[in-house]
Amino acid sequence: MKNSVTTDEKQNGTDEQNVKGLAILGNMKQYSMVLFLVIVGAFFQFLTNGTFLRPLNVTNVILQNSHILILAIGMLMVIVLGHIDLSVGSVAAFVGAVAAILIINNGMNPFLAILLCLMLGGVIGAWQGFWIAYVKVPAFIVTLAGMLVFRGLTIVVLGGRTIASFPDMFRSLSSGFIPDVFGGGTELHVTTLLVGALFSLVIAIILVLARKKRISYSFSVPSMPVFIVQLVAIAAIVMAFSYTLASHAGIPNVLFILVSLIVIYYFATTKMKAGRYLYAIGGNEKAAQLSGIKTQKVVFWTFVNMGMLAGLSGLIFSARLNASTAAAGDLFELNAIAACFIGGASSSGGVGKVMGAIVGGLVMAIINNGMSLLGVGIDWQQAIMGLVLLSAVAVDVYNKKSAA
Amino acid sequence: MNVSDVILEMKDITKQFASVKALDKVNFKVKRGEIHALCGENGAGKSTLMKVLSGVYPFGDYEGDIVFEDGVCQFKNIRQSEDLGIVIIHQELALIPHLSIAENIFLGNEQEKNGIINWNETLAEAKKYLEMVGLSESPETLITDIGVGKQQLVEIAKAIAKKVKLLILDEPTAALNEDDSENLLNLLLTFKEQGITSIIISHKLNEVTAVSDSITILRDGQTIETLDKAKGEATEERIIKGMVGRDLSQRFPEREPNIGEVIFEVKNWNAYHPLHKDRKILDDINFHIRKGEIVGIAGLMGAGRTELAMSIFGKSYGAKISGEMFKDGKELRLNHATDAIEAGLAYVSEDRKGNGLLLEETVMRNISLASLGKLSSNGVMNEYEEAKEAEDYRKKLNIKTPSIWQLVGNLSGGNQQKVVLSKWMLSEPDILFLDEPTRGIDVGSKYEIYTIIQELAAMGKGICMISSELPEILGICHRIYAMNEGRITGEVLQKDATGEIMMGYMTSHVEGEIKNEK
Repeated sequence: MKNSVTTDEKQNGTDEQNVKGLAILGNMKQYSMVLFLVIVGAFFQFLTNGTFLRPLNVTNVILQNSHILILAIGMLMVIVLGHIDLSVGSVAAFVGAVAAILIINNGMNPFLAILLCLMLGGVIGAWQGFWIAYVKVPAFIVTLAGMLVFRGLTIVVLGGRTIASFPDMFRSLSSGFIPDVFGGGTELHVTTLLVGALFSLVIAIILVLARKKRISYSFSVPSMPVFIVQLVAIAAIVMAFSYTLASHAGIPNVLFILVSLIVIYYFATTKMKAGRYLYAIGGNEKAAQLSGIKTQKVVFWTFVNMGMLAGLSGLIFSARLNASTAAAGDLFELNAIAACFIGGASSSGGVGKVMGAIVGGLVMAIINNGMSLLGVGIDWQQAIMGLVLLSAVAVDVYNKKSAA
Repeated sequence: MNVSDVILEMKDITKQFASVKALDKVNFKVKRGEIHALCGENGAGKSTLMKVLSGVYPFGDYEGDIVFEDGVCQFKNIRQSEDLGIVIIHQELALIPHLSIAENIFLGNEQEKNGIINWNETLAEAKKYLEMVGLSESPETLITDIGVGKQQLVEIAKAIAKKVKLLILDEPTAALNEDDSENLLNLLLTFKEQGITSIIISHKLNEVTAVSDSITILRDGQTIETLDKAKGEATEERIIKGMVGRDLSQRFPEREPNIGEVIFEVKNWNAYHPLHKDRKILDDINFHIRKGEIVGIAGLMGAGRTELAMSIFGKSYGAKISGEMFKDGKELRLNHATDAIEAGLAYVSEDRKGNGLLLEETVMRNISLASLGKLSSNGVMNEYEEAKEAEDYRKKLNIKTPSIWQLVGNLSGGNQQKVVLSKWMLSEPDILFLDEPTRGIDVGSKYEIYTIIQELAAMGKGICMISSELPEILGICHRIYAMNEGRITGEVLQKDATGEIMMGYMTSHVEGEIKNEK
């Protein structure tokens, strides 16, 4: 999504030319990652003779990675604050285990169980947030402890067994697709195309309104032809993606959840007061506090939020696996953290974007998937992933040094 | 004078920081075996001169010559100056808290053979040095377990372990109580008998006149004079005159004040150190600000001025804070900066980069930081209003930046300060605490900031300005309080105030006679 209402494009005036240069420089990292994503995609598309972008595979990439992307959103906010959360994998496993007990062993209504499980995630986040924000125990320690505690509790709750076979309703959380109301026997999933078209239209309307507003405040805007090219490009990408999904089974439910979360958190972090609090605290906690921001409260609620998203991630993972196991959620935390850093977040806080974390997560997902298609073993996949993380951050550090 | 009587001579030292000349052809001569005091206002160049001497600023970074023990020195780092026996003890002690006294004394100078430390030797030697400084602690005690006074002694023991010939102490007694200070000064006298030369930088003039043999005064990066105690020149009056005497005309904008009712008042205000909870930082402070008035708080480093402002601003500093404050006659209870901002207070920090700015954010986002509530509805930011306000202030305060989307970290000090001022002006306060508002910025920007401050006062706001630069306090404040050691030691109207009077109060140890202003 283009960040068109803030700093990106300014074309009028000599003063503004400089600014444009600076803004582009600032966004280079994000764009270069998107570019990298495209190149890696094209690379695998070529090597796999077209298997990579087949509708079935694209759908699979979404199904297999959305639980990590959901964690990455929450993790990004934690990292922007200058903290870290190592416990999310264990929390996801624990919440998944509790869901299995509630739904499979006790026959609870899945909707009610999901609601309770999300609340459980939030409570766990509150527990950790309390120690971090108010007692000032470093987040690394608190969540390292949480990682052990909730991994242990997962095994306790499951009694060391794997509890399997959720009802279909719960499984559809991860494996279902939105229904095709117009499913008139065609090969294509018509509803998916319509949703894609609607989504493009909404983005276009938002961008047009923002442009008008900018003009009314006499801020500079891109020239009309450039603007139209932008709109068409966005619509084309969304429609191509919709078409690919429509050729298989349509939009997975989990993609619907993921996109909703991305939109909500993108909006919250870039357009809302709460987002400013995050970046201000991460940038300079003392200055934020003296400017009247209740820093402890913000840290606390960010961890509550992280806990809830970890819970959601655990539910989705259990639904996909159709079972809750003691080993679920292994390494989730590290994948989510890696996604944030590949996506341009700074380990010292204050810098990072939700879209960046998503792009970072997608880069990892695509490399994993591509290598799997090529028959590269999990051993080499991990090693290569590690190098991708290291080089992404090294490039970032180098850029910052040369900019200074 | 015999040449070998002089242990150190610094000739025509000039040191430039970007556009500011911190030292301008400074000459400084220290005789062997004396205690030589270096006096001057904050920013006069004392610490810079000592950093040049000790190699913190390496050779080539400054102009001029350093002659130590008849040899010209070109230190590339601190290590080289220490090898010659020049040891500097900084104001912020450089001890490692979780290592023992002995380990600290021999830090970087370990008693070792082939990389293996001889602990018996280390402890025995450390004990010897501790006895020399009169500290009866076990060398195995951790630094964190002893008080500041004893830590200071450990620093000195560390210096002796390095075979010190010239000991430099930067504000050695600033953090010490009276007993510890006296101990330390006596120790310096003992060293003098043993032939160790010392240089002390101090604001405490009574101490300076008591122990030192010569006093060199710096002002605005230049040597004013060197006083010889033996000739009876070293009086407090003369030192003060040397420290402050300068032309004040034309450096401050003229403006007729329009002073109204009392808008803000603090009564019986006390606070303790946040970590050392038995150390009183603020002691029974009473003061008030009127509408349209610029009230100055003058004081030397460590007087408690910043602590006062921050403890008032929503208890942002200190522990066990007690006392009352009133705005427009109504009592205020502020427990967080948020409360303070809501009550109409603003605090511009002395530490612009540490406490004031988000350096990696844009000018716009810095300006809006204290007014996010006003610039949003239902939690959603109105970015257009935000940009408009930021743009208004950019023009109003003449902030030199390509645009409001520029990162604040790329601006000059003066422009960064204007961003901070914009932030607090946008929050529409009635009372502004400005803590060292012109620190580290050039003369031109200073004048602009004085003008802004006067305009704020003219709008009927109450201004409390904290500054270490006496001339600026005398230049723009209508009424001035002096602070020393956490107490208000004097109150003077602008028309009665001179640098000498203020410096007298600022170094006074008795509670000042508060003059009635009516």
